[in-house]
Amino acid sequence: MCLGIPGEVVELLDSNTHLAKVDVAGVRRNINIDLLEDENVAPGDWVLIHVGFAMAKIDEAEAQRALASLQLMGQAYTDEVQAVIESQIA
Amino acid sequence: MRFVDEYRDPAAARALVSRITELAGDGHYKFMEVCGGHTHTIYRHGIEHLLPTSVELVHGPGCPVCVIPMGRIDDAVAVAQVPGVIFTSFGDMMRVPGSKGSLLGAKAQGADVRVVYSPLDALRIAAENPERLVVFFAVGFETTAPSTAATVLKARKDAVMNFSIFSNHVTIVPPLRAILESPDLRLDGFIGPGHVSTVVGQLLYRFVADEYGKPFVTAGFEPLDILQAIAMLLTQFSEGRCCVENQYTRCVSEAGNPRALAIMSEVFEVRPQFEWRGLGFIPESALKLRPQFARWDAELLFDVPGVRVPDPKACQCGEVLKGAIKPWECKVFGTACTPETPIGTCMVSSEGACAAYYNFGRLHRQVAVTMGGPR
Repeated sequence: MCLGIPGEVVELLDSNTHLAKVDVAGVRRNINIDLLEDENVAPGDWVLIHVGFAMAKIDEAEAQRALASLQLMGQAYTDEVQAVIESQIA
Repeated sequence: MRFVDEYRDPAAARALVSRITELAGDGHYKFMEVCGGHTHTIYRHGIEHLLPTSVELVHGPGCPVCVIPMGRIDDAVAVAQVPGVIFTSFGDMMRVPGSKGSLLGAKAQGADVRVVYSPLDALRIAAENPERLVVFFAVGFETTAPSTAATVLKARKDAVMNFSIFSNHVTIVPPLRAILESPDLRLDGFIGPGHVSTVVGQLLYRFVADEYGKPFVTAGFEPLDILQAIAMLLTQFSEGRCCVENQYTRCVSEAGNPRALAIMSEVFEVRPQFEWRGLGFIPESALKLRPQFARWDAELLFDVPGVRVPDPKACQCGEVLKGAIKPWECKVFGTACTPETPIGTCMVSSEGACAAYYNFGRLHRQVAVTMGGPR
């Protein structure tokens, strides 16, 4: 539940509502980047996502490592990814 | 050492275990980890069976689901049962038992209870259902509180007036202090929480080293991260140092996320005290909405019973959460209390020590014992 999962920012959607489209494990969904407003998030950046919000920017190498280690967590990770996939943040 | 082969880099893991064994020597070290994600990793990868007997890991109250007392679940269920309410919650709160059943039980009896991934999902449900009152069960440490705060700000900005939150957010520092003050725990150091620290940074943990003289190392979630953090703790001992260190520099900075902290503080204030399962009342350990956000505060909008409900007599969650006993030492572990029929929160939450041990740890322990391992 408190897991942050890595995702790649693919598009900035609406600066007013702080929406960005991210790719999480191959699936594209919207998340809110309000908490990273001071960090100039851009397409290509990798972020840690938790409950629909980007919490921190991480570099791509770290993101790949984090993905690999999260996948070792098995069900908890797949549940978290599934939750992102089912979310409809707009 | 067979589990090591499952690690991403078994050679590195073996090297770390050797170093840990060497550094620990003839001593006995008890380190507490306070993050449910770490508990999960430790059990899943059998880390305790790799460690020498000189190093013991103790699980702390880092699971925000586990520390919610039964009375607060009863309050949530009461709100969910108000006609016209849509009660929204993270998935892992659904099966936590109150004194009169869980949210899942309330749903089965006809309450409109919905699982959401994000507080933003709950806000969207409110915007789409203007004739209903939508309540969000806000749970979590500082990892999650800023997101709830940002959602409340959005509700105000978008003038969504049929949305409210039932805040059960807790903060990480007070329980650490309560544990350090506890006479029956003798801990030698801490493995610090991962993703909470992306928000809160590192500086606020300094009191652990400065006031209580215990080293503190923030760690990532890979088994190698945890082993490395243990090595860093032991290195501090061998070098006569005591400070806060960061093993998770890839994701955690000294300052954390100042904007997230600012948003959290704009929307939330600290409650004078809050009851934690197992730790009793801890001062200034939880968050409630500031008065200017009263319009979105479910505790003010609804009549919640607010009754303090002690844990069932058989339940020893409190002792597990404080690290006083291990899951398998609880009298009802695996018998009356299982993931299917949980008595307490440690078994319900996917990050709870008992659930983690039940699902992963038991097999490793059995194998380790039959192989003549330490425990």
